[in-house]
Amino acid sequence: MNPNRTESNRNCPESKQNQSLKDSGQSFLSVLVLGIGNLLLSDEGAGVKAVEELQNRYDCSDAVEIVDGGTSGSELLSYFDDRSHILIIDAVKTGNQPGTIVRVDDPPAFFQKKISPHQIGLADVLGLAAITDNLPRNITLFGIEPKQLSTGLDLSPEVARNLSRLVDMVVAELKSIGIKVQAKNR
Amino acid sequence: MEVPLNAQYIRNIITGAQGVQDHIVHFYQLSALDWVDIVSALKADVKATASLASKLSSWPDNGFNELKATQERLKTFVGSGQLGVFSSGYWGHPAMKLPPEVNLLAAHHFLQALEYQRNINKVVAILGSKTPHIQNLAVGGVANPINPDSQSTLTIERLYYIKTLIDQVGDFIHNVHMVDVAAVGALYADWTTYGKGVTNYLSVPTMPLDPGGTKFALPGGYIPGDISKFKPITSFNDEYFKNNVKESIKHSWYKGDWDRHPYEEETVPDYSKYDEKGKYSWVKSPTFEGEHAQVGPLANVLCMYASGHKATQKYTKIMLDTANSVLSLVGSKARVNINSLHSTIGRIAARAVRTAVLHDELVNQWQLLVDNIGKGDTTTFNPPVFPKGEQRGYGFHEAPRGVLSHWVVIQDGKIKNYQCVVPSTWNAGPRDGKDALGPYEASLVGNPIADPDKPLEVLRTVHSFDPCLACAIHMVDTNNKEIVKVRAF
Repeated sequence: MNPNRTESNRNCPESKQNQSLKDSGQSFLSVLVLGIGNLLLSDEGAGVKAVEELQNRYDCSDAVEIVDGGTSGSELLSYFDDRSHILIIDAVKTGNQPGTIVRVDDPPAFFQKKISPHQIGLADVLGLAAITDNLPRNITLFGIEPKQLSTGLDLSPEVARNLSRLVDMVVAELKSIGIKVQAKNR
Repeated sequence: MEVPLNAQYIRNIITGAQGVQDHIVHFYQLSALDWVDIVSALKADVKATASLASKLSSWPDNGFNELKATQERLKTFVGSGQLGVFSSGYWGHPAMKLPPEVNLLAAHHFLQALEYQRNINKVVAILGSKTPHIQNLAVGGVANPINPDSQSTLTIERLYYIKTLIDQVGDFIHNVHMVDVAAVGALYADWTTYGKGVTNYLSVPTMPLDPGGTKFALPGGYIPGDISKFKPITSFNDEYFKNNVKESIKHSWYKGDWDRHPYEEETVPDYSKYDEKGKYSWVKSPTFEGEHAQVGPLANVLCMYASGHKATQKYTKIMLDTANSVLSLVGSKARVNINSLHSTIGRIAARAVRTAVLHDELVNQWQLLVDNIGKGDTTTFNPPVFPKGEQRGYGFHEAPRGVLSHWVVIQDGKIKNYQCVVPSTWNAGPRDGKDALGPYEASLVGNPIADPDKPLEVLRTVHSFDPCLACAIHMVDTNNKEIVKVRAF
């Protein structure tokens, strides 16, 4: 029933960086770092800004794919294929001070009571991935509390100030998984 | 301004692939759960489901083992309390009428559809560089270089991969999607009498076949209430379309009270309290020839049907015939015909018909592109020239949700005014300058509501339009702290 299960769709179908690891049958590392949000609505775009900063400041090994998910929905499913870990970065509203960073260790359970079958957002993508057996055991959401969500290209000062810390946490997480991450010479 | 043939064909293939993907997702992932009760599928007799499936279609993946696997998967989900995507459906709602076996078959195809939609979406990604929000469009063509001697351009290998993807989804559309929609439509035949709303239908021609945009693969036009009064819209310079689009803000939160042509419009937000007699919506109210018009696949299919488009007539007939054979299979005396399409379920049926039409045309456009490259034509872009002084221009497109038009006024090479009149605005617009109800509003009049606390029937009708109102905010809200630990730093 899954006609093209093994096809990869990375918008660059030639990239099959993890194929050899997978084929060897050993436990493999394949990490997706996914930043999501809307860049046009100030702090709503924090997740996208974070993956941009991650790419600007660090070189990661080939076992990591860093994706600007923007405002995509079900299109993101294809990026979930055959991952050992998924790290999601997003604006997260917790009622804390703007700029507060949070970590959610089981986002699918977290979304359990939140989601609607009528709008495909992140929660639904995770749900669809779960029901098609396409969700890794290790999935973590890194969030930052937004201050403003009005039209605008810039982050609020509170969020902008903590963005580097958020990126550092993601880098620390990557290192703890066993990924080689190196600061770029600037 | 002329657009090279290759660019037209590449744009057309993207248009077709995007439409097919969008329509499949709309039916299975976004609207089917208004009609299909997932929890009821657990009670289905798998053998009976497989037998029913074999009567409906020759699809090879409807066997006992495949259906059993789906049912087991659903059981695991429901049993673990992890309904996931299905968690907030109206399960067990009195308006859910399908037998468990049909619910299981639909749930089975819900999972398969996920695979097919992503495969056809690869076509959009390959040609558009990414999806959604493709990056290859340029004024004057596309940014897809074609060079048979280079691996980094659109190569024959890529083109044949695209063809494989197009062919795969075709089998699913004909043997699964069309059949499921006909079956669900037949078993909810009462819904052909609800949700009609505005019966002026507007659609525009799409998939241009020449550099000037005067010939199109798929026709468009306007139906002013009566299909026999269809008037065609024939080119990108069509005066009839250009002169008859207006928007009213009498009931919208913008400054002033006017009906204006898009070139003359402004968009100055001016929020006031919700006043159902005054201003009550952020959506403007578009009109065509001074009246509301419904847009979307139903409008598109009816206009193509009226203009004599062969593939549209063929697939409309298949849809109606299949629905009627399901009705006789279940011993119902009810029958559907073309007039049944003016309804909530008709909008869903027309979307499936359009999917099949688009797919046929995808195959054609692919062949046209390959043949044209074969003639040695590799041009994909003509640089645009913007003359001095005030220039006005507009473009239209039959998007998955219906007529999209953009209107621009350029003064000495700079944009002076830019207005978009988009599909969901046509359908979701509030009352117009003459206080006539918009398509959503009108379509909800007379909808039955079995349980006012769970207005499933309202969702059915509004979802049948494929509303596009929710793709701006993607933020997580952590109110459910009891479920998982949220660590703040």
